[in-house]
Amino acid sequence: MKRQFSRRKFLLYGGATLGTTMLLKACGSQPTPEAQSSASPTTSASPSSTIKVGILHSLSGTMAISEKTVVDAEQMAIDEINAAGGVLGMQIEAVVEDGASDWPTFAAKAKKLIEQDKVVTVFGCWTSASRKAVLPVFESEKNMLWYPVQYEGQECSKYVFYTGAVPNQQIEPAVTWLLKNKGKQFFLVGSDYVFPRTANTIIKGQLQAQGGTTVGEDYLPLGATEVTPIIAKIRAALPNGGVIFNTLNGDSNVAFFKQLKGSGITPDKWPVMSVSIAEQEVQSIGTSYLDGQYASWNYFMSIDSPANKKFVSDFQAKYGANRVTDDPMEAAYIAVYLWKQAVEKAGTASDLEKVRAAALGQSFNAPEGKVTLEDNHHLAKFVRIGEVQPSGQFSVVYASPNAVKPQPWSQFVASTKGYTCNWSLDRPDAGKFKMGST
Amino acid sequence: MLSVLLDTLFDGISIGSVLLLAALGLAIVFGLMGVINMAHGELMMIGAYTMYLVQNSFGGLGGVWFESYIFLALPTAFLVAALGGLMLERWVIRYLYGRPLETLLATWGVSLILQQFVRSVNWAMVIGLVLWGALILTGRLLVWPRWGNLPWMSRVWVIAAGALAWGVGALAGERFGLALEEPWFGAEGVDVNAPDWLQGGIPLGDFQLPASRLFIISLTSICLLGLYLFLQKSPWGLRIRAVTQNRSMSACLGIPTGTVDALTFALGSGLAGVAGCAVSLLGSVDPNLGQEYIVNTFMVVVVGGVGNLVGSVVAAMTIGILQDLFSSGILPLLLGDKNPLTGFFNFFATDSMAKVIVFALIIIFLQVRPAGMFPQKGRSVDA
Repeated sequence: MKRQFSRRKFLLYGGATLGTTMLLKACGSQPTPEAQSSASPTTSASPSSTIKVGILHSLSGTMAISEKTVVDAEQMAIDEINAAGGVLGMQIEAVVEDGASDWPTFAAKAKKLIEQDKVVTVFGCWTSASRKAVLPVFESEKNMLWYPVQYEGQECSKYVFYTGAVPNQQIEPAVTWLLKNKGKQFFLVGSDYVFPRTANTIIKGQLQAQGGTTVGEDYLPLGATEVTPIIAKIRAALPNGGVIFNTLNGDSNVAFFKQLKGSGITPDKWPVMSVSIAEQEVQSIGTSYLDGQYASWNYFMSIDSPANKKFVSDFQAKYGANRVTDDPMEAAYIAVYLWKQAVEKAGTASDLEKVRAAALGQSFNAPEGKVTLEDNHHLAKFVRIGEVQPSGQFSVVYASPNAVKPQPWSQFVASTKGYTCNWSLDRPDAGKFKMGST
Repeated sequence: MLSVLLDTLFDGISIGSVLLLAALGLAIVFGLMGVINMAHGELMMIGAYTMYLVQNSFGGLGGVWFESYIFLALPTAFLVAALGGLMLERWVIRYLYGRPLETLLATWGVSLILQQFVRSVNWAMVIGLVLWGALILTGRLLVWPRWGNLPWMSRVWVIAAGALAWGVGALAGERFGLALEEPWFGAEGVDVNAPDWLQGGIPLGDFQLPASRLFIISLTSICLLGLYLFLQKSPWGLRIRAVTQNRSMSACLGIPTGTVDALTFALGSGLAGVAGCAVSLLGSVDPNLGQEYIVNTFMVVVVGGVGNLVGSVVAAMTIGILQDLFSSGILPLLLGDKNPLTGFFNFFATDSMAKVIVFALIIIFLQVRPAGMFPQKGRSVDA
């Protein structure tokens, strides 16, 4: 009797301990790179000789798929800077927080980073919803956010630097290229949140202005995988072929492309242009489903330049040879270096007004080419359109000859037409004012 | 017009069959055993990852191997998920029968552990876990029997072994770096490429029937038929039904209820694994896969009526067809522009809004029939 009892207990305790251990180990494995980065080159560094920065991305939940890779890129940039002697002679210490794909959590963690950890800047966010959630925090704390992902524009905050593309550097050139090369009839598919809805408003405005038509528009909830009804609508709206413009984000893309192929909607008659599918996503969707489809970005892993070759080989050496690099990762990498240059020019990391002023006009020889931070807190970037190859890489079918200047306020939306943003001017409405007005 | 209607019907049935396949395992576990298993979705995820592993080991051989790996993946996924379910039942749920709230919380915890396990599993972690298991086994077989009157020593042993194993795993990871510390799967999704014949479709008039959908519909039918035959015709099926109807009487009559519980749970979990394989043909394979299906599967079982397979079938098909009917915008098309209802249905003709109206209809339905479409009858219902 006694023995049986203890065995039963043992199994219970054993099971519980096993579970806890796995959980702890799982949680414990994430901050490791951070620990390494802060401890590696100068172990004797006293607390006063480090600069604390925050990294705020989703490490769990539906967005972890994408955001984890951006954290890797940011940490690589920080490690590189630390190995080269740090900033102003000080090492950078990264405090990593998990936004958990939940927008209120992002706001709470941003507050925690600024108030408790006293970070001088935060690199973070992926979805526009999370950026909109943390924006009030950064504005009231007067802190600094570096946002690394292409987004819908229509925003220009003094407290945010945007290193991803705005619509005129990604979506608008893609629509122009499609109208010229692929067809005039567009079906718009997107996830149901702020980025796709705003992007589609811009696309509809642009199509109207440039002679295209929108034959349909539909949205899927984030994470939804049942796309049968949307495919039925596409078949009905575009019976003889046409362009599908895809602003789906996250897992829904996998479902969309897998089922698109099954329904016989192939890229020869129905080319799909995506703005959220990069090398990382191609890998997890499977190239056989994407072969011949298009994507518009500023950076592709296949770009043939010395800066990019070094970026790719460094990244693979650090995280594994089967890893890929993509546009948001490159933008995040740029963000860390631009911040470092701004701090060095300002001579201080903690006087954020000075850092902000010093950041304007900074250039960086990025993997995509030489990018410059403009007065509207956005980057002048190169625009590229790529076609998916069976290898999973993109072949570039269009590249802008020069870096395209960012226009955060869309010129194809009636309510923002003619507006611009310039934080080098000392005026109360510098974030949004009519062009030419004083 | 007829072809449009048939098309909609086919789409609705294909949505429904995915729902049904995912809910089938839960219909057994929740419906027959009354266990609220929040980790059901994660068992599906395990099935999908098994498919990925089978694809990588056999699909790489190319040719016939790649074309047919799915037939090997399905039984493998069934076995792996059934084994996972068996461990879950033996180590966790067995102690919580009759305590639905605790079961719910415990299985939810297990689901989180499984998700995070898939994200971070690497060789260093596996080395640690295997070492820990080996140490515990050694302790149980060789050391503990000698301690006799000191049962608490075994707990110390387990904890100490855990610490040692953790240390060895961490040290090995530190020493060999990426080779051991690179995650097997990672937080990102993995690519499951269906064989070529499942990627295309069968052209039919001006549209094409997706082969993956046809495959899932037939797979669902086969699973359903197999399950029916097992429950109705086999001796173990008879025992399962007996335990479901009256546990204490079955025990009195000599049915080993513990074994029946384990078997039922393993069967339900195995079906979840098969469902995981199937949905990997349609969507992404990532650690969150289970989360996307868990709500829908519970919905199907609740609407259908607990303890009844027919209910789940009817509920899944009804929900699938309704969802497609609303969101594909077919209703306004049929009603024409003049009908006053057209505006109403147009408003609900997007995917998100269709979900809203389907959920609203389910809530209304459950107000009328709280026990679902086919409620269980008899004296033992409340037991």
